[in-house]
Amino acid sequence: MKVLEKIRSLEDLRRIKEQSKDLTAARSGGKTRIIVGMGTCGIAAGAREVMTVILEELDKKGLKEVAVETTGCIGMCQKEPLVDVIRPGEPRITYGDVGPDDVVRIITEHLVNGRIVEDKVIGQTD
Amino acid sequence: MLQDLSQYVLDISENSLKAGASLVEIEIIENAADNLLKIQVSDNGSGMDIEQLAMVDNPFYTTRTERRVGLGIPFLKQAAETCGGGIEIRSEKGKGTRISAVFNRDCIDCPPLGDIPATVMALMVGWPDRSFSFTYRFNENIFETGTDQLLEVLEDRSFFALPEVALWLKSFIRQNIDDLRSGGE
Repeated sequence: MKVLEKIRSLEDLRRIKEQSKDLTAARSGGKTRIIVGMGTCGIAAGAREVMTVILEELDKKGLKEVAVETTGCIGMCQKEPLVDVIRPGEPRITYGDVGPDDVVRIITEHLVNGRIVEDKVIGQTD
Repeated sequence: MLQDLSQYVLDISENSLKAGASLVEIEIIENAADNLLKIQVSDNGSGMDIEQLAMVDNPFYTTRTERRVGLGIPFLKQAAETCGGGIEIRSEKGKGTRISAVFNRDCIDCPPLGDIPATVMALMVGWPDRSFSFTYRFNENIFETGTDQLLEVLEDRSFFALPEVALWLKSFIRQNIDDLRSGGE
């Protein structure tokens, strides 16, 4: 049996770690939170792809003060994928039926510019 | 039905984590000679008693209160049985649960493996305080990674929250799976 190891790739990880010296940016206090519904209903509707695009957009835009989290089914299965955005000191906004293109809009408009993407909002909690 | 096996692995693992597991072990086995495709998720979560275990493939049984239908396991069972296989669930209250699903690999209805790297990434980002191991066997070859291996480099779980680390993990697993598949058959 052959055991394959990718030492060089783990070296890439080490480099990422060393370039992110400011670990405080990776902790969740005082940050914007993005929460993706990852129940069976969310997974079936494409929540994992939505989460992947969120991470890619955050990486592309260099947005470090954002925590990406997941949650289970909250009973609105027909509106999945659901994505909640909570900016510090602002109401929790729930977006429904979120596709990969919507993620790009939500991050550019809501996270960067502070403007809620009204046509995808299905709920707001103060 | 979920679209592919990677979505089932994510769904079952989410069950494990909601059952309080601190360790989730994911194993995928593909073996051409035995015409076998197997996915297995083992956890050290709260486990199930005999009554719960008897109900687990019933879509109208769920521990959740948000809705009254639980479709993950029934879907997986149906998919496996369609492909000449089946599911096996072993569980012990207080110890954990192991779920495996076996498929005939050449079955025309066999779900594709799907994006396994994205599943592992979603789990490790979504549950940074839990530990995961991932094993992929393709014929005689094996690739293993997991939280322990990554922490040897990162030394701090906070790094799992970095998008750059998450995306690295996804491409690391993708590259290793592709290497195994191209070299193993």
